[in-house]
Amino acid sequence: MSSNQNILVKLNEAGFSLNNKWLVRGVSLQVEKGKIVTLIGPNGSGKSTTAKIALGIYKKIDGSVEKYTNKVGYVPQKISIDWTLPLRVNDFMVLTESLNKETIDEALSLTGVIHLKDKNLGDLSGGEFQRVLLARAISKKPELLVLDEPVQGVDFTGEIALYELIKKISDELNCGILLISHDLHTVMSATDHVVCLNGHVCCSGSPMDVAKNNEYKALFGEQASQILSRYEHRHDHVHTSEGEIKKN
Amino acid sequence: MFDDFFIRALVAGIGVAIVTGPLGCFVIWRRLSYFGDTLSHSALLGVTLAYSMEFNIAFSVFIISSLIALTLIQLQKRTNLPGDALLGLLAHSSLAVGLVVIGFLSFIRFDIMGLLFGDILAVTVDDLLIIWIGGVLILLVLKLIWKPLFASTVNYELAEAEGLNPDRAKAIFTILMAAIIAISIKMVGLLLITGMLIIPAAMARNISSSPQKMVMYSIIGGLLSVILGLFSSLEFNTASGPSIIAASLFLFILSLLNIKQSIKLKN
Repeated sequence: MSSNQNILVKLNEAGFSLNNKWLVRGVSLQVEKGKIVTLIGPNGSGKSTTAKIALGIYKKIDGSVEKYTNKVGYVPQKISIDWTLPLRVNDFMVLTESLNKETIDEALSLTGVIHLKDKNLGDLSGGEFQRVLLARAISKKPELLVLDEPVQGVDFTGEIALYELIKKISDELNCGILLISHDLHTVMSATDHVVCLNGHVCCSGSPMDVAKNNEYKALFGEQASQILSRYEHRHDHVHTSEGEIKKN
Repeated sequence: MFDDFFIRALVAGIGVAIVTGPLGCFVIWRRLSYFGDTLSHSALLGVTLAYSMEFNIAFSVFIISSLIALTLIQLQKRTNLPGDALLGLLAHSSLAVGLVVIGFLSFIRFDIMGLLFGDILAVTVDDLLIIWIGGVLILLVLKLIWKPLFASTVNYELAEAEGLNPDRAKAIFTILMAAIIAISIKMVGLLLITGMLIIPAAMARNISSSPQKMVMYSIIGGLLSVILGLFSSLEFNTASGPSIIAASLFLFILSLLNIKQSIKLKN
């Protein structure tokens, strides 16, 4: 563990309940500068809830959250934007912070959607919108990035490119990333710390540690465990268009 | 210059339109039409209280509308009734109580039509001061809370996560709504104030591609409605409120024609 100064957000035994039902409880984790922490777990295991606790969106929580930065970029899993608003991509980019044109263009170019800058937000496809969301979150050069399934709906090659971009941003900006993903393959290669959730923290540690953990195996099955360990040698396979992994 | 009642009405209307333009856009974006209605219905109670206690009307309406807005927020937290039912409850009960109180005030001559539909003859120099000073204050505050309010209108969680404090912006906006109703009640009348907020903004939505443009067109639409409405009110001897709203409806219909043309152009 590095020194306390590097901690961006820290959850202590945090939990959140809605209508007398716990969505998640007893979560302790911390995100540090330059590190990527990934939350994995089945549907309904409390990944998004944990992210929202860390962001301070949920206020009546159990336990505590210590947040040491206000420079936050967030890509939510679900976003319901009312299309009665006439909103172009360019307007959306400066939603929470004023940015100059170069910064906006650079972020949109990085995620490959610069050509959509003057388009109406409502006219974008799911994948295009996801790229815009990611561009918006990184454009403000945050210290903490919270990415909730940031590549959902993005095409296959784009997905890999975006994960590489996320890794690059983490290195360049030295920002901490709290990432939620279902895709064990792509994520694990870049992740420093994995927290496996199932209503509570079922196990956590480096990707290799988690892969060997019995609870993880019980949750995701033996195969998932092999996926993780394969990332020890990340260039020994190719991805086929069917989404399978072929050994070289 | 302000001796002529018509000039006074025009200056008052222009002041109102400049403020209802941007506020109206938020009313549409945040789907607050019925909230506006509720506040303006409760204004009747404010007016009657002002008369009975010989108080300034705008100030009294502002206080009552703010109280109703706060009551609504509390009721939303404490009951399981849906929002529209609560709005209806507050709107009609405050209107009813207002009308009952008027019944008790038989010693005062009351122009109830003027109250409900606006009366250009009633605009005094004092009213002008209230409209313009109040209007400038409303716009200044709106400018200050613009970023968090707009960001949370687009998406509450993004605004909250990125540290913009959307709850505070929402509370301040509620107060601004009460304030605009208070300053515009004499011009438009309490039954039609929401129309002044919504219709120019709806017209603007039809012809604009960005939020800034929508605000600008909404102000222009409001100004044109006031000018057109007041002149026809003078010409046909109709109440000022309905004339202004009818004029804004006319502009709204024109903006629909514009949409049809642009669709034709695309094809």
